[in-house]
Amino acid sequence: MLDLASYAVFFLVTALGFTLICLGLNLQWGFTGLFNAGVAGFVAVGAYVSAILTTPASAQHLGGFGLPIAIGWLGGAAAAAATAAIVGIATLRLRSDYLAITTFGIAASLLAVAQNAHSITGGPFGIAFIPRPFAELSDRPALYDTVYLALMAVLVGIVFLGLERLLHSPWGRALKAIRENEIAAAALGKDPRRFRLEAFVMGSAVMGLAGAAEAHFVGFIAPDEFLPILTFQAWAMLIVGGSGNNRGAVLGSLVVWILWSASGTVMHGLLPADLQVRGAALQIVLIGVLLAAMLVLRPRGLVGERIIVSRHIIAADRDAGAVPGPTSTGEVP
Amino acid sequence: MTAVIETRGLVAGYDPGLPIVRGASIRVGRGELVVVLGPNGAGKSTLIKAIAGLVPIEDGSVLLEGRPITGLPAHRMIGLGVGFVPQTDNVFQTMTVEEQLRLVTASMPRNARRPALEVAFALFPDLARYRTSRNGSLSGGQRQMVAIASALLAEPKVLLLDEPSAGLSPKMMQTVLDKLLDIRGRGVAIVMVEQNVRAALAVADRAYVMVEGVEQHEGTAAELLNDPIVAQLYLGRRGSAA
Amino acid sequence: MTPQLLLDGVLLGSTIGLASIGLTLTYAILGFGNFAHGELLSWGAYLALPIAGLVSGALVTEPLGALSFGWPLVAAAFIAMALTGALAFALDRILFGRLRRRGGAMTPVIASFGASLALRNFIQFVFGPQPAYYSRDLQIAMPFGPFRVTPDQIVVLAVTAVLVVGVHLLLSRTHLGRAMRATAENPQLAQIAGIDIAGVVRNVWLIGGALAAAAGVLVGVTVQLSPGMGFDLLLPLFAAVILGGIGSVPGAVVGGLVIGLTEAVSGPLVGAEYRTAVAFLVLLVVLIVKPTGLFGGRS
Repeated sequence: MLDLASYAVFFLVTALGFTLICLGLNLQWGFTGLFNAGVAGFVAVGAYVSAILTTPASAQHLGGFGLPIAIGWLGGAAAAAATAAIVGIATLRLRSDYLAITTFGIAASLLAVAQNAHSITGGPFGIAFIPRPFAELSDRPALYDTVYLALMAVLVGIVFLGLERLLHSPWGRALKAIRENEIAAAALGKDPRRFRLEAFVMGSAVMGLAGAAEAHFVGFIAPDEFLPILTFQAWAMLIVGGSGNNRGAVLGSLVVWILWSASGTVMHGLLPADLQVRGAALQIVLIGVLLAAMLVLRPRGLVGERIIVSRHIIAADRDAGAVPGPTSTGEVP
Repeated sequence: MTAVIETRGLVAGYDPGLPIVRGASIRVGRGELVVVLGPNGAGKSTLIKAIAGLVPIEDGSVLLEGRPITGLPAHRMIGLGVGFVPQTDNVFQTMTVEEQLRLVTASMPRNARRPALEVAFALFPDLARYRTSRNGSLSGGQRQMVAIASALLAEPKVLLLDEPSAGLSPKMMQTVLDKLLDIRGRGVAIVMVEQNVRAALAVADRAYVMVEGVEQHEGTAAELLNDPIVAQLYLGRRGSAA
Repeated sequence: MTPQLLLDGVLLGSTIGLASIGLTLTYAILGFGNFAHGELLSWGAYLALPIAGLVSGALVTEPLGALSFGWPLVAAAFIAMALTGALAFALDRILFGRLRRRGGAMTPVIASFGASLALRNFIQFVFGPQPAYYSRDLQIAMPFGPFRVTPDQIVVLAVTAVLVVGVHLLLSRTHLGRAMRATAENPQLAQIAGIDIAGVVRNVWLIGGALAAAAGVLVGVTVQLSPGMGFDLLLPLFAAVILGGIGSVPGAVVGGLVIGLTEAVSGPLVGAEYRTAVAFLVLLVVLIVKPTGLFGGRS
């Protein structure tokens, strides 16, 4: 019984970590229309930087700064934000899908660094002994996990409320105006590029924070936790839950994480040991098909709003040749 | 006189529910050169694009020699006899003049291809000289000629042009307009959107003035040249446009 | 820098170039970057595996000369190319096309991300995660001027060259090719000129898929097969496409060669594990300096 409870707590902490990631992604996609195909990279930056800042000195990896956990978390978020700033400044002035390729590339490159820069990141073994907050409770796992769950819930709550405040502020209204009618907004003096960059950077900072929080919960990190599948999970959650409002991020992260874990457990139970890897692969196939079906059948997701992208973005993309001009009977068929 | 090309209450636009053309009815007869004038945003370009099948039509109809062609796909238009010359990006930069023309003749019957090309080169002697040059290396005026020649290859019944004089020198513009008179002389109906009112009305038979998606004025070129409303729309002063 | 590195770079680069032809065309004509394109490479390679086995099971065959493979693989490669072309077309029919009609420039990209994951993991589900090989025969590298090259590698280079020349002839001499170039440059003008875009799109998927499959088989012959083989090349593929200019087939080929050479040459400097990061750096430089690419006309 205790095992089940502790599993449930562990499950929920991870789910809330995803919720954070999705909230950041929603700011980028749902509210700003930016496609971040490298979510895993920004989460990784947050996790690794926080780990490096807080772990004791080690021959296996960079460390020994001995900074407090809170500084680690902030540092992780800041590092993710800085990464986003670099990528964003380089590509946000270009076509909307170049960001997809660039974020994809940066995540792949960061993964390569994580896997190979042994002296910094610990290579394939990663970084262990990441200090846990409330360390004095760690001899009572059940209590510790519950306290951490409360911590995560508070964190998610703060970020959720913060984002809601932000989106109803003048900044948020300007962002909405840009999303719906970019040319008019620009005429009113709102620089679309600046807003998009800010949204991208803030969303990435939240992702970095999520990475740091998860890292300090589990206590160790390895490159295998930041594979492209993580990016995909975040997107699946946002698509299923629905983008454009933050409830979708929350709902989607819970629903998809339940589906994912449940299907994983079923596979695990059904298949013999030597077929486990194949079972995991099938699980991913099914989730991939689910995502594609969702996009075709109910792009809005469970509680999402219609994806409103400025006609002018579409028109600008059309003029640039990115989207073929419509014809009277179907566009490019 | 049956119109070669006619629209009846045409409603069209890129976004459903947000039409730019809001019930336009125009007609053009054989060998007529009709100009569509109007302020920016009036829907002139959208109107002829809708006729050419490039903009979704929500309501109303387009008739070619009395037969409805509303909603037919754009790529069928040239085969039916509707030629369109867009304002910008109207040639393929990486192709030579000859390649572009042969692109169009490929959809014609085999034995008609060579003659059509030769007719085009006869009509545009300059092009014959440049037939192996890449479109991207030609001047604006020459490219315009390539674009018009491409539209004429299939011997259209109606030729639609979107601001053919845009970006051209006055001399080049006059050359283009003279060419259009040639083409009109061969019985082709011409519908032309133009911003250069005086030059356009000098060659036109009739003209429509579109305002806010509908044709609000119609008349012969001479009538409109002396029309105070047209003068006000374009020239910002009362009195005639002549 | 040894000449051998140059050969490695050309081998890698020509494969990337071949595979990215389809990607640059679909990108230009349909307006979205297809993240599932790498999987066409993988599927081509993996489809050829059992087919070759079937063919060689039915006949008694031996490898061709000094090569590691025989006629069964050649036949299997052609079949795999056709099947992969069909797969690419089916993907568009079922998924991308529908999302395209609905509007929203990014939804097909998201979908391609999902499709990529599903396709890749389906291979892993069926064939397992370990690398696979068409043949266990080891190839001896022969001296060839300043290089050491295996017979397989010579064939790979030759086949790639033949295919690229074939595509060039298609694009420059045939109506379909001209129609494809026209549609890639300006879909609206192509329709005005009487080109049926739907037919062009169909052919682009079939041909692009087939070329990617060919590249996959070639990689399988000279390196190995693994479920992630195409996905690992996706970033270099995109880098090649953008470097060459979206919509330009010569650009994709040249871009591929540049990426391949850059990756090979930088190997001794930063370590082969960072190849992907090198391709990414090239991509970033292109986007900052000249986003339209070498032969591209549109930003």
